[in-house]
Amino acid sequence: MNNKLTELLKNKPQNLLNIFYTAGYPQLEDTTTLLTALEIAKVDLVEIGIPFSDPLADGPTIQESSKIALENGMSIEKLFSQLENHTPKVPVLLMGYLNPVMQYGLEAFCKRCSEVGVDGLIVPDLPMYIYETEFKEVFEKYNISNIFLVTPQTSEKRIREIDANSNGFIYAVSSASTTGSKTDFSAAADYLGKLKEMDLKTPILTGFNIKNQQNFQDACNYVDGAIIGSEFIRQITDVDDIAKATANFVSSIK
Amino acid sequence: MSYQVDEKGFYGEFGGAFIPELLYPNIEELQENYLAIEKSPEFQEEFHQLLKDYVGRPTPLFLAKRLSAKYGAEIWLKREDLCHTGAHKVNNTIGQILLAEKLGKKRIIAETGAGQHGVATATVCALKGLECIIYMGEKDIERQAPNVARMKMLGATVRPATSGSKTLKDATNEAMRDWINNPEDTHYIIGSVVGPHPYPDMVARYQSVISEEIKKQMDGLPDYVIACVGGGSNAMGAFYHFLDDKEVKLIGVEAAGLGVDTEKTAATLTLGTPGVLHASRSIMMQDKDGQVLEPHSISAGLDYPGIGPAHAWLKVSERAQYMAVTDAAALEAAVEVSRLEGIIPALETAHAFSVLKDLDLKPTDRVVINLSGRGDKDMNTYMEELNLNAL
Repeated sequence: MNNKLTELLKNKPQNLLNIFYTAGYPQLEDTTTLLTALEIAKVDLVEIGIPFSDPLADGPTIQESSKIALENGMSIEKLFSQLENHTPKVPVLLMGYLNPVMQYGLEAFCKRCSEVGVDGLIVPDLPMYIYETEFKEVFEKYNISNIFLVTPQTSEKRIREIDANSNGFIYAVSSASTTGSKTDFSAAADYLGKLKEMDLKTPILTGFNIKNQQNFQDACNYVDGAIIGSEFIRQITDVDDIAKATANFVSSIK
Repeated sequence: MSYQVDEKGFYGEFGGAFIPELLYPNIEELQENYLAIEKSPEFQEEFHQLLKDYVGRPTPLFLAKRLSAKYGAEIWLKREDLCHTGAHKVNNTIGQILLAEKLGKKRIIAETGAGQHGVATATVCALKGLECIIYMGEKDIERQAPNVARMKMLGATVRPATSGSKTLKDATNEAMRDWINNPEDTHYIIGSVVGPHPYPDMVARYQSVISEEIKKQMDGLPDYVIACVGGGSNAMGAFYHFLDDKEVKLIGVEAAGLGVDTEKTAATLTLGTPGVLHASRSIMMQDKDGQVLEPHSISAGLDYPGIGPAHAWLKVSERAQYMAVTDAAALEAAVEVSRLEGIIPALETAHAFSVLKDLDLKPTDRVVINLSGRGDKDMNTYMEELNLNAL
C-alpha cells in the first residue's frame, strides 16, 4: 500500500498545485474524465469532493455542485466504482463530511480508499481529538493520510499540535471564510508569513481563495503550494468540453 | 445513570462538537466560559430580573378543568405561551444575549423555523442594542409571515435560506456559514438543544426554569410531563428537573407530518438512525448514503430532520418516551384546546395535546403539558386548513 502523497512530499517539493472538484459534477461520469484531464495537465495533487446534502463549510459554488452531483446520483459507492476503473497516477485526496463516511462505515471506507488508490482524506467536521481517539488507528492501518485545516484564528499552540499529528500536509485556510466567498488574497499574506516563520515539519498548502496565476504565485512565496476549488468548478461549469477547459485552466496557472 | 452532559460534551454516545476547524476558536471560547458566566452572581441577578420583569415569569401552571373532565385525569398547563413574545424561546435568548454581552460580541445571528426563536432573538437584540441577523427558510418565511414582520419591526435583518428544503435545517446551515465567515465579533444564538457542545447543555440550562417552576408550583410530583419536540428545547426545559425523578413519566411528541409510514414526516426519533448533523452526533433522518432527508411537518418549528443529543440519549436509555402525531391530529387537537380552554395553541404545541387520547390515564393521574407557545403566528395556516375564512 504505497502512499503517493507521502512519496510526493518526501523531497519537499515547492509550488504544488492541488485542484479540487466535486465527484459526479457536472455529469455523473465526469469524475474520471476530470481526473484524467488533470493528470495530463500535470497537476501535483487532485482532491475530489464527496457531495453531501448539508455542506456546512462550503461556499455557494461548491454547494451548488454538490447539489447537482447528488441529483445526478453520486454516492460514495459510485465514486469508488468509478475510481476502481481508473488507477490514479497522481496523489488523490477525498474531501467529505463525516456523516456519509460514518454511514458507509469507517473501516470499510478506509479499506476501499486504499484499494482504489486514494492517499489522503480531508474531513472538515472531524475534530482532532475524535480523530486521535477513534479514527487514527484505522487510517494508519490502511496507510491513509489525514489532512487537518488551520485558519488565521487557530492559536500557535494548536497549530503545533496539528503539525505533530499530521502525516500529509496542513491545509491552511487563507481567510476565515467558507470556500470561495472572498475576493482579496492580499489579506492572507500576513497570516501565511507567520505560518512560514513557524517552520513546521509538515508542508503547508493554502486554499479557499486562489483564483489565478498571480494568487497562486503569491501563495507559493509563503507556503509549499495551493489548492484551487471554487474557481475550477466555475471553469468546468456550462462548457462543452470539460477536458479542454481543464487543460486551459491548469496551463493558465502553472 | 446520568442524563447530564459529561465533561467531553456527550450524553452517552450522543453529543460532542463535530465542528469544522474554522469554528474551533468560537466553540472553545464558549466551552471554556459558559458555565462560569452562568454561575456568576451578576449573570444570575440580571437573568432572573429580566425573566421576571421583562418576560413575565414565573408563568402560571393552570388546571385545565374541561380537558381534565374529557380525559379523566388532572391536566395542568404550563403557560409558556404567556411569556413575552409568545413562547418559551425567549428564556434561552435572554440567557444567550447576556452571555454574548459578557464575551464582548457585537453582532448576533440566529436561525429560526416557526419564527418564534427569530422574534425572541430580535427582541433581546433590541433590548441590548446589538445588530441582529436572522436566517429563515424561504418556505417558512411564507408560512410564518406575521413573525417575519415582527422581526423586521424589531430592527432585525431577515435573510432567506434558499437551499435544500428551504426550512429550519437550511437556515441552520446558513447561520453556521455566517459564523464561519464572521468568527470574531459574532455570537450565534442557537434556538434549541442542538448543535455542538456546549449548546445543548447551555440551552437546556436556560430553559430549565420551566421545570424548576413546575416543581415549585405543584404539590408533589406530576405523573406525566408532556412536551412537543422539534430540536427539543421546550421539552428539555420541562423535563430537566424531573430527569432523576424516575416516577415521573416524560413524553416527547414529534411531528409525524402526513404519517410515519410516508416520506412526508419529521418524526426523527421514531424513524431516524445515529449520525452527525449540525455538529453533534444524535439521531437523524437520513438515507442509506448518509444524506440528510428533507422533513415535512405542517408546523415550521417541528420541521427538522434532527433532534438534540440529550433527547436521543433519553430515548435510547428509555428514560423518556417519544410519540409521533400527524398534521391532521395536531390540527384537531388545536381546535379542541381552543374550544375547551379558550387557548389557541401554537401548531407545535398542539402536537403535545394530541397524545392525551392515546395515554392510559387514571383519574388520580396528574399530567403537565408544556404549553410552549401561542397560536397567533399560525393563524394563516389555521385559516387555510380549518376553512376559517368561510362565514
